[in-house]
Amino acid sequence: MEGQELPYVLVDCIGGKHGVYEDHVEFLEKHFRLITMKEYLENKKFLSEKIRAVYMWYHKPVINKELLQSLPNLKIVASSGVGIDHLDLNLLSSYGVKLSNTPFVVSTDSADLGVALMLASSRRLVEGHQMAVSPDTEYFPADWLGAELSGATLGIVGMGTIGYKVAERAKAFEMKILYHNRNQRNKEEESAVGAIYCKKIDDLLHQSDFVLLSVNLTPQTHKLIGKRELELMKPTATLINISRGLVVDQDALVEALQNKVIKAAALDVTYPEPLPRDHPLLKLKNVIITPHIGSATKKTRRLMMENMVESIQAGLTGLPIPNEVSL
Amino acid sequence: MAEEELPGVLILDIGGTHGVLEDLAALLKKHFRLITMKEFLENKKEMSTKIQSVFVFECRPTIDQELLESLPNLKVIGNSGVGVDHLDLKMISNFGVKVTNTPHAVADPTADIGVALMLASARRLVEGCQIAVSPDTKYFAVDWLGVEVTRATLGIIGMGSIGYKVAQRARAFDMRILYHNRNRRRKEEEEAVGARYCEKMADLLQQSDFVMVVVNLTPETRKLIGKKELGLMKPTATLINISRGAVIDQDALVEALQNKVIRAAAVDVTYPEPLPRDHPLLKLNNIIITPHIGTATVQAMRMMAEEAIANILAVLNGQPIPSEVFPK
Repeated sequence: MEGQELPYVLVDCIGGKHGVYEDHVEFLEKHFRLITMKEYLENKKFLSEKIRAVYMWYHKPVINKELLQSLPNLKIVASSGVGIDHLDLNLLSSYGVKLSNTPFVVSTDSADLGVALMLASSRRLVEGHQMAVSPDTEYFPADWLGAELSGATLGIVGMGTIGYKVAERAKAFEMKILYHNRNQRNKEEESAVGAIYCKKIDDLLHQSDFVLLSVNLTPQTHKLIGKRELELMKPTATLINISRGLVVDQDALVEALQNKVIKAAALDVTYPEPLPRDHPLLKLKNVIITPHIGSATKKTRRLMMENMVESIQAGLTGLPIPNEVSL
Repeated sequence: MAEEELPGVLILDIGGTHGVLEDLAALLKKHFRLITMKEFLENKKEMSTKIQSVFVFECRPTIDQELLESLPNLKVIGNSGVGVDHLDLKMISNFGVKVTNTPHAVADPTADIGVALMLASARRLVEGCQIAVSPDTKYFAVDWLGVEVTRATLGIIGMGSIGYKVAQRARAFDMRILYHNRNRRRKEEEEAVGARYCEKMADLLQQSDFVMVVVNLTPETRKLIGKKELGLMKPTATLINISRGAVIDQDALVEALQNKVIRAAAVDVTYPEPLPRDHPLLKLNNIIITPHIGTATVQAMRMMAEEAIANILAVLNGQPIPSEVFPK
């Protein structure tokens, strides 16, 4: 019997280093007819009218004016992850196309990674591992020391869902917690994690042993941390960034680290990603860089995919869209 | 009190690769006349009667029969750190000498390292750093994944002070906590961290996503985790060791990691330390090894010295001893 056709959804590709995960395809194909960019380009005439949604997995396929113009029936773009700084919201809005992201599902993994970076940096874990396995190591020196978290002050810049979960975790390590946010959280939320509001970011920067950035990237947060902010930090402080590379003035950061204006940095995000192979950040001993793995766990990526399917389905049937981004 | 009248305490050395850190020596000098091994050996006749205590730092100096025989006024071995598996407690006791350790100073930083290793392993942090800086990296693959820590199951083997602090931290990550211990903890203690007791270690091993070993090394815990135990663990599980290397059958661990019987391991301790440079553990991708840094922080070093000083003074002054260790 001829059932109703599954909606046509555009993806970049399947499998490989950048594509939709092979083990997600079965679930996706229960709900959609997936069209890869390759298939689309080979049969534009027929497919352009059929495609009603784009499943944007890690920024691909790229949404530009040309694509939007050639997909007259496109209703919704579902973007993976929480960040939307890679999208032109005005452009989407002008074509009447809706947008969804996956804000909540990434929050615990991102908070976990923030704490992982803070611990790894303060206890010199990566250096320590290198020493433990190096062919040149003959003994472990007694005077090789890191710093403790307990009793130290963590300043969280951006106390949204992710920032708050970082605070919940840091509390268990007996850290003193300060936070700076557009809006102050309510009293119960603050006392649940023992967090003290700093209306001025300067106050937070002055007092913190660890400064963790968990803001989203907007014109207001672009280069939020520059030369001035780095100089306000303690010379014994560590900067942790799990937001976006552009929230930090990278050149100012390099200078600050080289001149020991701050002690160290731990970054899950840079600009660009990856950094050029000759970039000074790659050579500094007091930096840890991870390859943007804030939400890189099997479970979370699966949940992301399921959320995106839900959003697309709602977008195509005119129902309220879960995780809609207002344009 | 003049320096010469202070009780003599023997140490290996001040500074250098294995000596007592300079800052700690300064703390010790407030209460004791420090005598280095070199000074002792050069002037045994005079020094041997002055020494009332040995401050053992990072397992040095070695306490053997010869040394004990040559220190007639020795009252106490003050160990920096909690582990005493490097000391022959029976032999020392036969000389009428007491042994003390520093359980309080080590607990927080060691628990922190346990969690740091768990997070680093789960999220493949060391591998990730290598990719981020490698000259060969052209792009970051999107299918490069680790495993979740939040809401996963942590099985703690050994729920003493350190194990309990690990549980307190893990609770903040919403982890499901199981524990195995010689004795069950009180209900209030269990409830405070949401920990469930597993009378049989096998039950813990079968259900845990992360198994953390936090026991002291005794004849009973030597090779506590062997081929059988590794085989009981989930193939997706991670083993974390912050106890002593000898608690794990290292050869069995190598095999288990090579054959993917378990997903990964993260260890702050091995046997010996450091491992021989050709040891198979050094070549595996799915293990993180740190160089026994559980208490390698400025704070911990100072607190261990202060705790050892308090213990030594208590013995020498005939007062109640905060942390005496007895042979079985």
